[in-house]
Amino acid sequence: MTQAKTLQPEEARQKLKFYQKGTFTVGNRLVSEEERSVQASEDRSNALTSGHRACQGCGEALGARYAIDAAMRATDSDLIAVNATGCLEVFTTPYPETSWQLPWLHSLFGNAAAVATGVAAAMRVKKKKTRVIAQGGDGGTTDIGFQCLSGMFERNDDVLYICYDNEGYMNTGVQRSSATPPAARTATTPAVGPSPGNVFGTGKFLPKIAVAHNIPYVATATVADLHDLERKVVKAMSIHGARYIQINVPCPLGWGAASCDTIKLARLAVESGLYPIFEAEHGRVTQARKIRKQVPVREYLILQKRFAHLFRDGVDDPRVARLQAICDAHIAEYGLLGEDNEV
Amino acid sequence: MLKQIEGSQAMAQAIALCRPEVICAYPITPQTHIVEGVGALVKTGDLENCEFINVESEFAALSVAIGASAAGARAYTATASQGLLFMAEAVYNAAGLGLPIVMTLGNRAIGAPINIWNDHSDAMAMRDAGWIQLFAETNQEAVDLHILAFRLAEELSMPVMVCVDGFILTHAVERVDIPDQAQVDAFLPPYDPVQVLDPEHPASIGAMVGPEAFTEVRFLAHYKQQQALRLIPAFSGELAKAFGRASGGVLRTYRTEDAETVVVAMGSVCGTIKDVVDEMRDEGAKIGVVSLVSYRPFPVEELRRILAPAKNVVVVEKSIAVGVGGPLADNIDGALRNLDGRPKLHSAIAGLGGRPITRASLRRLFHTAVENPWQGAHFLDLNEHAVGREIHRVRKIRRSGSTAENILRQLAAANPLPPG
Ligand SMILES: Cc1ncc(C[n+]2csc(CCOP(=O)(O)OP(=O)(O)O)c2C)c(N)n1
Ligand code: SF4
Ligand SMILES: [Mg+2]
Repeated sequence: MTQAKTLQPEEARQKLKFYQKGTFTVGNRLVSEEERSVQASEDRSNALTSGHRACQGCGEALGARYAIDAAMRATDSDLIAVNATGCLEVFTTPYPETSWQLPWLHSLFGNAAAVATGVAAAMRVKKKKTRVIAQGGDGGTTDIGFQCLSGMFERNDDVLYICYDNEGYMNTGVQRSSATPPAARTATTPAVGPSPGNVFGTGKFLPKIAVAHNIPYVATATVADLHDLERKVVKAMSIHGARYIQINVPCPLGWGAASCDTIKLARLAVESGLYPIFEAEHGRVTQARKIRKQVPVREYLILQKRFAHLFRDGVDDPRVARLQAICDAHIAEYGLLGEDNEV
Repeated sequence: MLKQIEGSQAMAQAIALCRPEVICAYPITPQTHIVEGVGALVKTGDLENCEFINVESEFAALSVAIGASAAGARAYTATASQGLLFMAEAVYNAAGLGLPIVMTLGNRAIGAPINIWNDHSDAMAMRDAGWIQLFAETNQEAVDLHILAFRLAEELSMPVMVCVDGFILTHAVERVDIPDQAQVDAFLPPYDPVQVLDPEHPASIGAMVGPEAFTEVRFLAHYKQQQALRLIPAFSGELAKAFGRASGGVLRTYRTEDAETVVVAMGSVCGTIKDVVDEMRDEGAKIGVVSLVSYRPFPVEELRRILAPAKNVVVVEKSIAVGVGGPLADNIDGALRNLDGRPKLHSAIAGLGGRPITRASLRRLFHTAVENPWQGAHFLDLNEHAVGREIHRVRKIRRSGSTAENILRQLAAANPLPPG
């Protein structure tokens, strides 16, 4: 610990060998002053403040709070946020109340990236330094907002787009999106019939598509590692041009999980290899967050009712093995096992 | 300055004189020349302090304008037909958010069957979206209405659509007087938003509103449009004084004083109708025309006042609300509602998909309206032979195929190509 204090924050994160049991997640006590999360600090901007209507244990609320506060710190609070329709928009702004303490605009479900482009253009023409973030759920990002998002990427507009990926259309009652994992039960992929739940071989992993746009910065993050999340947001805000961060945010309601298990599930998603956490710059993957000890995906699945049909009658459905194979493939593709270092 | 110039280029120059700060557009005929024109002015540096953004769809074009406008920039876009439908959700959203965006609509038919030529179905599809909709009769008026549109939009904090007939105006080269920068600057002050995204004064814009307030929000939008009925003539008057010519107003009348028959129409066709009115006046007919500039807001009182003394009102419009008839005729009917001794209303659908509206056909139409009136909507110059055959064919054959292609086949058979 004393050794960490002598290191630069970035360096410290790389070199630190203290981690929570079984993971590389660094606890607050173990990092240098500069690196600690500041949720209790009076200086915290609390851009997403208390009083909102999210469910207990909502990963999206947590992710948004940390992401936007980190961006507020990085920009000296000179920040505007654009929000797509979805849980985050609905639970934060029940008229006439709002939980947002920064300028915030909601237009439509599928146009957040384009609206943010417009805000950024206005800032440029007015010669203001104000930075712009767009944010939305996985549905608003990977499905209905995909065209606007790709356009914003392709033009390299000066916008950080943050996707809160809870793997489904939660606001409308948990329907399937193109980010819903295979086998998962949703309202539109019910756990009935010969192949219950979401179909294998479908869906898309948007971060890879974002990387293919050769934009300056792409990252995935998780609410299980808020330090890493904050660091990535701060890094993204140090760069101009189109940037994309996708945060895995468990949804207790949609996933059929206990509210107290949000962080645990987020961690298991990473440690199983199901949700690869990496960074890419200008079309090239530059860093992958290593897994210290791979956890069987079963441990992740069994905590969620959306996968309950895989464990009926005390027997594992063969599709558990198929999900395990997906995890193993991610581990191989991103080199997730081993020491934490640059790719 | 007087110029012999294509309508689109004239409009582009007028838009540039309004000093837009963010322009975003996606190409669609017949709007293309307008945005190419302003785009070039940005690229050369003639239009300073302006971001021109090439977007990937009309939905994005208007969304970019929404973001820019909410952030305090004067925003402009243009589209037509399919493009307007593609951005439909954002069209309502811009109005709901009260953002003073100005959009040119190069009026064009909506497919299928796909058709690039002029009619007003696109404007009609968005008539209830909460935008002000102004129709230009000439390219001179198109120029002036754009300048007026920015002033009106920003005064009311409400978006304005300037509707210009595709090809007939956008691609016509004619004499247009383009004001100079000082004249426009004197008329149009810098944009001062009623609400803006500003880190110094953070506000949440676009929050959820439930049944407890939604009616009031909509009432106020309606109320604001009623205010425009007063502002449009006031601003048109200011423009007339500055530019030395009359443009705009909510409507204009032509030889209606003692008219027993009054024709109502919008856009460029009013020019042809005026010619017919002159001819018929020479023959002793008491006929006049109302050129409606402001379709939204709809000037109910004004129309009622002008139309009340007439015996016959003929509405000539370039759109069809399938299953009902002419939307403009319906609105005019509404304006005459409960009026004692109200004039008879005759609805004509003309010029769909670019079909020319000729003086001869209009003359026949106006005579028939008085002498042998029809019920419902009359389709001007309908090829009754062709539709009759098609109706008959469809009745006989279950797998009768595409109506559009069958009509074309009939026309080809009736007018075969010369041999060789
Ligand atoms: C054009 C349009 N289609 C559908 C909807 C309905 N809708 C609102 S929010 C939502 C789901 C949002 O899902 P996601 O983006 O994943 O965000 P989440 O609620 O899961 O955080 C849907 C389908 C809408 N508002 N607009
Ligand atoms: S449904 Fe899910 S995403 Fe929405 S507020 Fe509840 S926990 Fe959060
Ligand atoms: Mg979602």
